[in-house]
Amino acid sequence: MTKISRPSAKKAQQSQEATNPHSPVVDFGADKPLHLDSGVSLSPFRIAYQSYGELNADKSNAILVCHALTGDQHVANVHPVTGKPGWWELLIGPGKPIDTDRYFVLCSNVLGGCLGSTGPASINPETGKAYALDLPIITIADMVRAQAMLIEHLGIKQLFAVIGGSMGGMQVLEWASSHSDKVFAAVAIATGARHSSQNIAFHEVGRQAVMADPDWKEGRYLEAGTVPRKGLSVARMAAHITYLSETALHNKFGRNLQDRQKLTFGFDADFQIESYLRHQGTTFVERFDPNSYLYMTRAMDYFDLAAEHGGRLADAFAGSKTRFCIVSFTSDWLFPTSESRMVAHALNAAGASVSFVEIESDRGHDSFLLDEPEMFSTITGFIRSAARAKGLLPS
Amino acid sequence: MSVNVHPRVDFAVIASLVKPGSRVLDVGCGDGELLELLQNTKDVDGRGVELSQKGVNESVARGLSVIQGDADSDLKYYPDGGFDYVILSQTLQATRNPKNVLTELLRIGEKAIVSFPNFGHWRVRTSLAINGRMPVTKDLPYSWYDTPNIHFCTINDFVDMTKEVGAEVESAVALNALGERLGFNMPWGFWNLFGQQAVFLLKR
Repeated sequence: MTKISRPSAKKAQQSQEATNPHSPVVDFGADKPLHLDSGVSLSPFRIAYQSYGELNADKSNAILVCHALTGDQHVANVHPVTGKPGWWELLIGPGKPIDTDRYFVLCSNVLGGCLGSTGPASINPETGKAYALDLPIITIADMVRAQAMLIEHLGIKQLFAVIGGSMGGMQVLEWASSHSDKVFAAVAIATGARHSSQNIAFHEVGRQAVMADPDWKEGRYLEAGTVPRKGLSVARMAAHITYLSETALHNKFGRNLQDRQKLTFGFDADFQIESYLRHQGTTFVERFDPNSYLYMTRAMDYFDLAAEHGGRLADAFAGSKTRFCIVSFTSDWLFPTSESRMVAHALNAAGASVSFVEIESDRGHDSFLLDEPEMFSTITGFIRSAARAKGLLPS
Repeated sequence: MSVNVHPRVDFAVIASLVKPGSRVLDVGCGDGELLELLQNTKDVDGRGVELSQKGVNESVARGLSVIQGDADSDLKYYPDGGFDYVILSQTLQATRNPKNVLTELLRIGEKAIVSFPNFGHWRVRTSLAINGRMPVTKDLPYSWYDTPNIHFCTINDFVDMTKEVGAEVESAVALNALGERLGFNMPWGFWNLFGQQAVFLLKR
């Protein structure tokens, strides 16, 4: 008999965050439906967000941070579920490259997420139960539409900057394309204007792992009181490999054995890398909703900015007055430099102002979350010159 | 790629040719020194392309809009007439296809400003004629086998190429080793012998 996987205390806390978060929320009622790319309207819906620093008198110093696939709005504060520091505290805070003494920094949980914004774990008002797979498919553009409504709600006419990496970078590009007048400067890191076939492939492996877990219960695990722990854990393990690089794995783990002197001739985690991945998988389950993982990965897969503009990426940025900064990393094979270069070339063709930096790093896709001094100096220089151009700093 | 390591005597001349407030693309902008000079003194809307990643990163940290790219292969991504001036300073001789690059400069810019070391300078001629050696001078410090400068030309050669691509020379300046302008109105042949560097302002 298969052992049923029940929620842990921490997991219960994550579920709690999905419906009753430790973040301010804005509820958009029936009068403000969100028109989704899928053709349906979502109403009502909720956006949870965190903010840091003070909005200035003319509301011109706001920087929106867009989070990645499994990120959330807790960008620069202790995480309510994990107790860990914010995921971008190296970059954002008082005196940091994005200085919260100077800027009002905002980060919202994306639509379809699981830390307080409407997502598959939220209660469907029509049924009184969690949406699960009854939530319409959410796209990157839908996430951005919801963020734009939040910005409007806060009375911000134009964001000084939008910044994000990976899926967050996709949102940055979407913002700059579909709301260009609301974006003064855009920083897109370790991202692309589309999800590649290889990336869709990895996501499909992850989704199939979740859905193959008997505890997934066709998405209705919250009502069944189960957690598709193994499925989501395997999905995370596979995905995590794509965030690193061969060099990084080799340097960190090599063929080192885990707490043992010799091979066990079995299927235990003999190697450190196995143990590490298992740990990544199990800790992820505690803080993330499995259905939300399905929705997030789908949103990335569907993203293709050129396709939205007749196949010509430059047309996505036609007439843009936004200042762009594109950053890639040499060892990132999930969003290789060629994807960023394609964006930079399209911006050139559109006559937009663009900086494009490739940073030497052997730490793979996750470099954007790590201590990368060259990335920090790039962002510092870019933000400073944009602030001068906008009159936020003396020229 | 900027391949001249010495104080850039051509920068002041280039800056004097640029009208204030114009749109400028600097191809091979190095660490962004010229673009910064043009932004500060001419209030230009400046963009840069640079082959070396180090140069790009330094430029962006200065707050300049610079992308990593290659003059030979990446100029095709720029729209026709997108800039008032396209600058190619000390980079022409390092391109694989200088004629094609010059054509692209004049497609992208209303005007092109090109500066390059003159291989017709008497010291270069002397090095070959007397010593029988490829010249290694203060301004051209590379040995033949490791030089990025694969397409040297003389002022006369360059003038010929401008005719081939249908460009009009609006003005030209030759500089001596100290960066001083050589006498105005001298024939090309004089400049070709005594000019160490040349700066050309071209238009379509």
